Amino acid sequence: TSGTQPLRSDNKVTVHFINRDGEKITVKGSPGDSLLDVVINEDLDIDGFGACEGTLACSTCHLIFDEDVYNNLGRVTDEEMDMLDLAYGLTDTSRLGCQICLTKSLDGIVAKVPESVADVRQSQDGSY
Amino acid sequence: VQANGVMIAFSHIVLVFLIIIYCISLSSQARRDLEVDIYERLPVPFGLVRFGVAPDHPEVKNVINTFTQTAKHSNCSFYGNVNVGKDVSVEELKQAYHAVILSYGAEGNRSMGVPGEDLAGVYSAKDFVGWYNGLPSCQKLSPDLSCETAVILGQGNVAVDVARILLSPIDILKKTDITQPALAALAESQVRRVLIVGRRGPIQVACTIKELREMVKLPDTRPEMLATDFEGISEAIKDVPRPRKRLTELLLKTALEVPDEKEQERRNKASRMWAFRFFRSPVEILTNPDSSRIAGIRLAVNRLEGSGERARAVLTGEVEDVSCGLVISSIGYKSIPIDPSVPFDSRQAIVPNKMGRVQQATGLYCSGWLKTGPTGVIATTMNNSFDTARSLMEDMESGTVDISAAKPGSQSINSLLKKRGVKPVIFSDWEKIDSVETSRGEARGKPREKLLTVEEMLQVAHK
Ligand SMILES: Cc1cc2nc3c(=O)[nH]c(=O)nc-3n(C[C@H](O)[C@H](O)[C@H](O)COP(=O)(O)OP(=O)(O)OC[C@H]3O[C@@H](n4cnc5c(N)ncnc54)[C@H](O)[C@@H]3O)c2cc1C
Ligand code: FES
Repeated sequence: TSGTQPLRSDNKVTVHFINRDGEKITVKGSPGDSLLDVVINEDLDIDGFGACEGTLACSTCHLIFDEDVYNNLGRVTDEEMDMLDLAYGLTDTSRLGCQICLTKSLDGIVAKVPESVADVRQSQDGSY
Repeated sequence: VQANGVMIAFSHIVLVFLIIIYCISLSSQARRDLEVDIYERLPVPFGLVRFGVAPDHPEVKNVINTFTQTAKHSNCSFYGNVNVGKDVSVEELKQAYHAVILSYGAEGNRSMGVPGEDLAGVYSAKDFVGWYNGLPSCQKLSPDLSCETAVILGQGNVAVDVARILLSPIDILKKTDITQPALAALAESQVRRVLIVGRRGPIQVACTIKELREMVKLPDTRPEMLATDFEGISEAIKDVPRPRKRLTELLLKTALEVPDEKEQERRNKASRMWAFRFFRSPVEILTNPDSSRIAGIRLAVNRLEGSGERARAVLTGEVEDVSCGLVISSIGYKSIPIDPSVPFDSRQAIVPNKMGRVQQATGLYCSGWLKTGPTGVIATTMNNSFDTARSLMEDMESGTVDISAAKPGSQSINSLLKKRGVKPVIFSDWEKIDSVETSRGEARGKPREKLLTVEEMLQVAHK
């Protein structure tokens, strides 16, 4: 009875998240979904993830990728870079999860949630 | 399971809401009985997310949705309109709960310590921000905006927020949750020129690149920096970390690069201007001969000693006078002690702590800006709050915080409050305020029209 329609799960993209405690969580998302959508849809337990709901205003959706994956993720806008610059444990292969949309070619990617380290920067002038 | 439960009181917070999520999630089996009560001085929740974050940053305020979900968790209660240290003491909270987390932010103000600071026309950024964001205690401010030039002292994000609000086209502001009185005053404002003054140089600015980029793109404004401030800067940033490098590059580009035709045309048409001014410290506020209004500010000219983030500003002995009719000092917020029984480090203006554990006070914790000092965005503050939550959970596991005996929690605090004539605002009361505010906002095409007095908030809450 499924006709010519392929099974929905066939279209899905597998993503592996490595949470802060090192635990690997494997889930599936639909092409077009952002990695933030995946975290929300799958109800993944990642502390404080996606606080601004994907509006490029918080950097809590910071994820780290392997270099070859990173190179496949597409261009980074200035605005995403600006928010990334505020992220904890920024690396050269960091991205914001809310800005990455799944495509079939990303099947099987590993996204690492950076460890949260207490910020020791001290206040200068009035920066918040 | 109140009776056998673990009770925790927060002297409010915003971001500590997130701690609760953390506690509850972390402890899904072990601490299902955890109860968390939040005490807040104002009748409304969310602290600086409501009263600090700029009205034209609605995205930042999305975090309120997460906080709301947490506050509505069945193990969590909100008690607004309770002033900790006055209506109820920290000692009383400690008696009633197994643990108390203080998270009351940084409500004090660093002062410039220069003559004339108290004159009309000189405001702290904290009060100015509180004014346009509807903080009840700041509504009397009604700043005089009839001058052309405003000087802001300090180059952090708060300073840039204030500059942007002063210069934004009114058509942008009127679609935000800025208060109606502030909107009306800004619509009449004569301010056309805003100078954002810092002690040190371009490599030391404290704002972040997102806020700088917003200034660069702000409609109807143009930047007017001084090329001489940027000598040697491009060489000096070769080896600095990426965030600092990108920020400085954007500053350099804005200050020195010849804009393309389109941008040039935009700048030519702009009716307002803004600029960073570097290597200057305030010396004195200058007044007119009749001394009724401020006429300007005297700035000391500095040079830098050392380099990078640690460079120090040293006086050269030269001074420079800048005419202006408005001075806003944005040199930092600072926490204040609220209860003599709580240790307080007045030099750093924080509660002394290790990973959120208040020193020499078992069962007492701190988080947020009170713990770290007034710096860091919401994400930073959240991460720090998780650390405090982790410390507390560890202490409960290890027995440092003794949770074997039952504690009365909000029951006993509520009866104290009742005796003292204080009627708390619970979360569903806040939702009444929220709905009045959003419907008043809707009528004006704004996301919300905030209630501006505690009296009115209470009236709506307790109807
Ligand atoms: C002007 C400004 C703009 C900002 N804009 C941004 C932004 O765009 N993006 C971003 O990420 N971050 C921004 N921040 C930073 C962000 O607001 C803070 O990181 C965060 O709000 C700090 O949280 P907190 O809980 O420590 O303090 P607060 O948010 O200040 O919360 C403290 C709460 O304690 C209450 N309280 C005080 N005294 C008592 C008492 N005695 N008893 C009971 N309750 C009490 C207060 O009423 C308040 O609600 C901004 C900060 C400022 C100042
Ligand atoms: S969710 Fe806030 S920046 Fe991605």
